[in-house]
Amino acid sequence: MNSQTKTIVITTVVTVIVLVAGFILLMPVFGPRFMHPIMSQFMDGNSPSSVTASDLDTSAERLTNNGAFKVSFKSELDPITLGSMHSWVLHVETADGQPVEGATILVDGGMPEHGHGLPTAPQVTQDLGNGDYLVEGLKFQMGGWWEVKFNITADGTEDNVTFNLIVGG
Amino acid sequence: MTKRYLILTGILLTLSAGILFGCSAQPTAWTDAEVEILQSLWIGSLPGLPTDPSNQYGDNPQAAALGEKLFFDTRFSSNGEVACATCHDPEKNFQDGLPRAQGVGTTNRRAMPIAGTAYSPWMFWDGRKDSQWAQALGPLESAVEHGGTRTQYVKLIGANYKDEYEAVFGALPDFSDASRFPEPAAPVSDEAAAANWEAMTAEDREAVTRVYVNMGKAIAAYERTIMPGESRFDQYVESVLANDGATADTILSDDEIAGLKLFIGAANCTRCHNGALFTDNDFHNTGVPVIENLPEDTGRALGAQQALADEFNCLSVYSDAAPEDCSELKFMLTEGEALERAYKPPSLRDVAQRAPYMHAGQFTTLQGVLSHYNEAPAAPMGHTELELLHLSEVQLNQIIAFLETLSSIK
Ligand code: HEC
Ligand code: HEC
Ligand SMILES: [Cu+2]
Repeated sequence: MNSQTKTIVITTVVTVIVLVAGFILLMPVFGPRFMHPIMSQFMDGNSPSSVTASDLDTSAERLTNNGAFKVSFKSELDPITLGSMHSWVLHVETADGQPVEGATILVDGGMPEHGHGLPTAPQVTQDLGNGDYLVEGLKFQMGGWWEVKFNITADGTEDNVTFNLIVGG
Repeated sequence: MTKRYLILTGILLTLSAGILFGCSAQPTAWTDAEVEILQSLWIGSLPGLPTDPSNQYGDNPQAAALGEKLFFDTRFSSNGEVACATCHDPEKNFQDGLPRAQGVGTTNRRAMPIAGTAYSPWMFWDGRKDSQWAQALGPLESAVEHGGTRTQYVKLIGANYKDEYEAVFGALPDFSDASRFPEPAAPVSDEAAAANWEAMTAEDREAVTRVYVNMGKAIAAYERTIMPGESRFDQYVESVLANDGATADTILSDDEIAGLKLFIGAANCTRCHNGALFTDNDFHNTGVPVIENLPEDTGRALGAQQALADEFNCLSVYSDAAPEDCSELKFMLTEGEALERAYKPPSLRDVAQRAPYMHAGQFTTLQGVLSHYNEAPAAPMGHTELELLHLSEVQLNQIIAFLETLSSIK
């Protein structure tokens, strides 16, 4: 290698290093807007996409904690929009598929990641028959992961179920 | 020697070219999830004005025209000097720029802006009223705001607005008999006014209250027309939605864009300030400090009880709503620590135009507001929902720069 090629190689290497280092050092000045979206996801733990806790079971049909009832819900709003008062129909069956009528059902819930409860006090207002119950007064005013919990008592058996929802916005 | 200089120049040129390219060629990159949030905050996403089933005159233009006159008429006060517009001045985004409002006396809270409140199920910082018309009837009889009584007001309607009133609401009863309709008379804390009110027959009280309620419904019809205007932020989102990054980047500066990114991201502001009006219309304890010498203020904890007990709420005889239209009131959260010192987040549209901030004007500048959010101090009562942000001074200023882009373009 003659000295001229050497100089050219060194110059190129130095230029590349300076460029890369300079860009990284100046990143705070450019602001996050020059980061590739993938990169900004690593930088920003609160970015909206990270809320979608990946291992959440968001199915609308679940077995209660002790397996006493199979419960499913159907929302009047689909998808659920932020801040809209709406109702659900909750369907309760025994584990072997017989509709459960005359159950006493309490509603609770909240956002586990934010440490707060529901913004309203929803209630089961009607036993619609055939294992269906009208739940009125549901509202989700923030985007993210919500839990809606039902405490169900029927024929002397009490059990609980929790539904996970990801509300957009 | 010359070669060395050439090499050095080469390096410098490449470097500057690289930086220039980096700065100018790439428009801001937003993820799909972020674009969705930007769109939800955009004024174009505001749904149509929801009807108020409790006010059958809400969309009646004649009612709104009468309501507008009432809003600016200072005769509806005990000293002839106070109108709604005294504290809600259209020249100042329908507020007054004071930490505590000044009517016949001084209020314990800060006046709120009115634009867009037709979208809110709850009125006031603590949501103690559940409609705009029921809200309007509060200040009129408040001893520190308008200071008068409903009997005085319905007589003023007869003397000054009889035709306009009757065109909307039908015949106005005759209130001229001073022995049947004494002044002042209303169910208020003032003893003389309360005694006069008690002395009236139930029917006469009902007749007065009906007309008083209609005044509220006319004012509400006017307030429904008060909406925030398009801002630079909205123009920016339009360009982003049109995939026109180059134009978008000429609308907002780098700092404003960085502030927007923080607002919807690391600073968590959209937890509570969401939707096209930048408020979730719910109630939150954000640890805002107590002002010494003011009476105890428990926020929503008391407000929820007052809404339930309110003589003009959605389920009252004066409401035009069927009970099934009152789901906000029926399924309202009425107890729990979460309500203590919880307040309604005001819309952040036009916010830079209306210092001071918070329910009793606790902060005089947006700098003060942002340091509060950054430090997330413990709440004086209950628990704050805020978490420490650890943002730098530069970042806080970027969020302020962003808030300034929410001002309506006049
Ligand atoms: C003396 C000043 C004053 C007068 C006069 C006054 N207000 Fe207010 N207004 C306030 C204050 C202070 C608040 C917040 C009070 C609270 O939360 O306790 C407020 C709140 C409101 C709100 C609630 C906005 C929201 O986002 O919840 C509306 C609407 C409103 N006023 C309309 C009116 C109307 C209509 C009138 C006339 C009938 C009126 N105001 C007269 C000071 C005043
Ligand atoms: C937990 C909910 C919540 C979060 C998160 C939140 N805010 Fe607020 N914001 C509120 C509430 C509630 C108020 C009114 C509080 C009061 O007056 O006591 C408010 C008031 C404000 C005000 C004053 C408005 C006025 O007219 O007085 C500004 C400005 C503001 N917020 C900006 C922000 C910014 C910027 C962020 C993010 C750093 C943010 N907020 C995060 C709930 C929240
Ligand atoms: Cu939350």
